[in-house]
Amino acid sequence: MFDTSHLSRRQMLQFAGGAAVYGALPIITARPAEATPAMLASAIRDLVGEATVKVGKVKLEIPPLVENGNTVPMTVSVDSPMTADDHVKSVHVFNEKNPQPNIGNFHLGPRAGRAKVTTRIRLADSQKVTAIAQLSDGSFWSGSVDVIVTLAACTEEVP
Amino acid sequence: MASALVNVPPKAKKGAVIEIRTLMSHIMEPGYRRTAAGDLVPRDIITSFSCRFNGEEIFRADLFPAIAANPFLSFFTVATESGKFEFEWIGDNGFVANASATITVEA
Amino acid sequence: MMRLRRLLLGVVVLTAVPALAAEIPPAERRSGYTFMTWDTKAMQDDDTANPGMLAVMDGEALWNAKAGETNKSCADCHGDASVSMRGVAAHYPAFDKPLGHPVDIEQRINLCRKDHQKASPFANESRELLALTAFIGKQSRGQPITSGDDEALAPFVARGHELFMQRQGQLNLACTNCHDGNWDKHLAGAPITQGQPNGYPEYRLEWQAMGSLQRRIRSCMTGVRAQAFDFGSPDMVALELYLMSRAHGMAIETPAVRP
Repeated sequence: MFDTSHLSRRQMLQFAGGAAVYGALPIITARPAEATPAMLASAIRDLVGEATVKVGKVKLEIPPLVENGNTVPMTVSVDSPMTADDHVKSVHVFNEKNPQPNIGNFHLGPRAGRAKVTTRIRLADSQKVTAIAQLSDGSFWSGSVDVIVTLAACTEEVP
Repeated sequence: MASALVNVPPKAKKGAVIEIRTLMSHIMEPGYRRTAAGDLVPRDIITSFSCRFNGEEIFRADLFPAIAANPFLSFFTVATESGKFEFEWIGDNGFVANASATITVEA
Repeated sequence: MMRLRRLLLGVVVLTAVPALAAEIPPAERRSGYTFMTWDTKAMQDDDTANPGMLAVMDGEALWNAKAGETNKSCADCHGDASVSMRGVAAHYPAFDKPLGHPVDIEQRINLCRKDHQKASPFANESRELLALTAFIGKQSRGQPITSGDDEALAPFVARGHELFMQRQGQLNLACTNCHDGNWDKHLAGAPITQGQPNGYPEYRLEWQAMGSLQRRIRSCMTGVRAQAFDFGSPDMVALELYLMSRAHGMAIETPAVRP
């Protein structure tokens, strides 16, 4: 699958016409307004490939009822001794209903001492947030949490 | 005036696991908002944050539009020796910001 | 939109329209802080994690920066802000004798810039003005509000009170209807606070930025579909003054965090 984003419209149409002759259809993806479960699954697959993701070890702490979806405190932690032989290499956080499936990737290692990262995220709607950790032995572990997001009562103009 | 607020304990015992907190002022424009006229406001976010200690990378984060404005990041590291933490934020439109903090590690 | 309008009209009917709701007694005054969830409170309480502290840091840099034709900084006249500015924000808006009317902190800063630094004024809601007001406001953190004590302010407090009680906008609501008559209830899932101004300028999660009391008042007015007062207009300052005097005795929380 090659990157079509740099082609002009004319080139794309020419290609489409040409490809039809050869029997291969190019896929032109317009930017979707919101993520679909397929995008989320695809993003996770980009990370783990064909490996199985086991459920466990990963804890996501997000307030179950969020006051404002613009700034949501999130802590992701992984149960790991964080030694040179047994540690978390990276933690990847995904969501299902924002325009994009990725939230953040955090690269750790034995120097971290504790696999725990806190940040603030944006959630467009009530949804599930999933975190997948890659351990030093190559295994993948995941944890999820369901979050309810309320919105501000009044919209306003920008000042 | 890009400003960073970093918090590193000034002293720690060797082997202790310490928390580092950082706060960077940045709009983190997601690239999905539209102006009143309907035009898309282009994406302008911090895409990467890294922390080095005495030159060695100890933490790195890839950030996406889903990270809230004025990104706050807290993470941990093991205190090994006295030295200097260097923090770097890199983002769209050539954004680069740096900060540093020192720590004294006692045996 | 229609559903929200009907909902709000319903709220108004339920209050049985006491034409002038009594002011909240001092013992029952509650900061907006008390209506927030634990996580948002934690964000405010921790100076290493409060996004408003970024503005305070910028403000400190501005306080020490030389400016204008006189090439003087605020510090050159006012010295250490933690001493000279302590308690100042807690009694603003204050009466300005030469002008003969109250000015708020933003106007005071720009007056100082014009008269003493010979510098151009900071624009309303500009990063610089928010940073300086946040820095000055923080020097009053924990101090009780004493705005409105000056007798010369009495007619302006009265005007502010009048504006607070006056119905306005397409939704025909007065500030008092929600903030005196229905606080602690909910509007579309969000708690209705008493509308106390004790944390400004504040970092509002909805804005993902710092903002002044004037910005917040303007967005409330837009919310009821009224024409919002201009920044720095006499009615705006009178309303700010009334709100601060209504919060008399409450502690300043600048820089506050609010949803």
